[in-house]
Amino acid sequence: MSRPVPALALLLTLLTWAGACAPGNSTDEVLRVSAAASLGDVFGELARTFEEARPGTRVELNLGGSARLATQILEGAPVDVLASANRAVMDGVQAAGRLLDEPRVFARNHLVLAVPAGNPGRVEDLADLGREDLLVGLCAPTVPCGALAHRLLRGAGVAAAPDTEEPDVRALLTKLELGELDAGLVYATDAQAAGASVEVVPVPEASGLTTEYVVAGVADTAHPEAARAFAGYLISGAGQTALRRHGFGHP
Amino acid sequence: MHRGRPRPPPALVGLAAVAVAFFALPLVGLLARTPWTRLPALLGGEVLLDALRLSLVTSMAATGLSLVLGLPLAWLLARAEIPGRRLVRGLVTLPLVLPPVVGGAALLFALGRRGLAGAPLERLTGLVLPFSLWGAVLAATFVSMPFLVITVEGALRGLDGRHEEAARTLGAQPWTVLRRVTLPQIAPSLVSGLVLTWARAFGEFGATLTFAGNLQGRTRTLPLAVYVALESDRDTAVAISLVMVAISLGVLVLLRDRWWGAS
Repeated sequence: MSRPVPALALLLTLLTWAGACAPGNSTDEVLRVSAAASLGDVFGELARTFEEARPGTRVELNLGGSARLATQILEGAPVDVLASANRAVMDGVQAAGRLLDEPRVFARNHLVLAVPAGNPGRVEDLADLGREDLLVGLCAPTVPCGALAHRLLRGAGVAAAPDTEEPDVRALLTKLELGELDAGLVYATDAQAAGASVEVVPVPEASGLTTEYVVAGVADTAHPEAARAFAGYLISGAGQTALRRHGFGHP
Repeated sequence: MHRGRPRPPPALVGLAAVAVAFFALPLVGLLARTPWTRLPALLGGEVLLDALRLSLVTSMAATGLSLVLGLPLAWLLARAEIPGRRLVRGLVTLPLVLPPVVGGAALLFALGRRGLAGAPLERLTGLVLPFSLWGAVLAATFVSMPFLVITVEGALRGLDGRHEEAARTLGAQPWTVLRRVTLPQIAPSLVSGLVLTWARAFGEFGATLTFAGNLQGRTRTLPLAVYVALESDRDTAVAISLVMVAISLGVLVLLRDRWWGAS
């Protein structure tokens, strides 16, 4: 009957060891930041510089679709800061009384018409998204980039014929980079991050229609001071410089 | 209680109970979140019905394809002296342990429009697999066929060869032996393998999304519909999840136990 005991003891030892080996100093204050997928690159950089400017604080990034991040917070996930790619998602969290402060706009983004390098489908304007002979991708209407795409298309009077509605903008970008899709609407910052593997077809209507990135601390955070500091850092000169370098617009 | 069967040790029962709770608890969570009063309206929605139809079509097609291709493979693996059998068996098992997203990406690199085999395929036949119903079927087949091959191969290996030997001695042709002696003998395992294959194809998500995309009525199966709905409308997501659980559990309990588990 004593067989399971050594096994359990071994398991506990392993778990303790795994815990002890986690990176960073255990006395550090850990700030959990949930950020929209499109902020991944720039927040990786900002988290590092924020940690340097504030010794003793360690930033953990949780990247994903904004709506999913909001759901996690509403379901009680231990998150300190939420940075969302649109206001509607943040409004939902605020309405549930789960925000520390009023959300602040820290960046803007707009959509671009992106095609694989060489533009194999010879896409010229927004109306080409309705062409049946092309494979066209959009973001799903339930995520911010998809909601923005639908506003843009409706405004331009284009009936798009999408072949896929991707659940996040990075998945859509990957399929454009691979040349599996002929055209798609992605954020300007994503097209910039993709470098030479995608080209941008100029669409005058698109740059006027922007989405706001908003940030706020989460109500029951154990580190309200650090959460406010991180939100403030995004709006500071250093934060804005980094955001601009990655292609984000002024708040 | 059957007489003569030893009482299981209490520690074993305790740990097994934890295991059962581990599987049952998420289901209870799902039921607790189900909007029962709105359920009929949610279940009649066009999004759900489209996804249900697609899920049934793709999972059955994947099961059929797995049977046609997987049964011969299982037979060869169990019976024939083929070179590199261990490697082939490893390859067949790989989709079971690979993250489905990786499988989907690999399918895209191989069968996509610019893929290794996909580019010549489009030139020759005009067929484009990604973002099509065929793409969804292939993605489901890729992740589910291993269940059929492994189950049937195991059954064939465990088979007592004397009946087949007797049939051969009596002058039956190899094809007749396979059809009249071997297949009936492994029928319970074959059905069990088919049910598992179907269930895995029915629940397929990652490879489908990565390879076939997500479009209502064409490639958005039930799991994809749940994923998309979770972003915006949790009640719908829960309703779709409930449909999936009910169908999968029903098939697994009824069909599988009848043929296999009860023995």
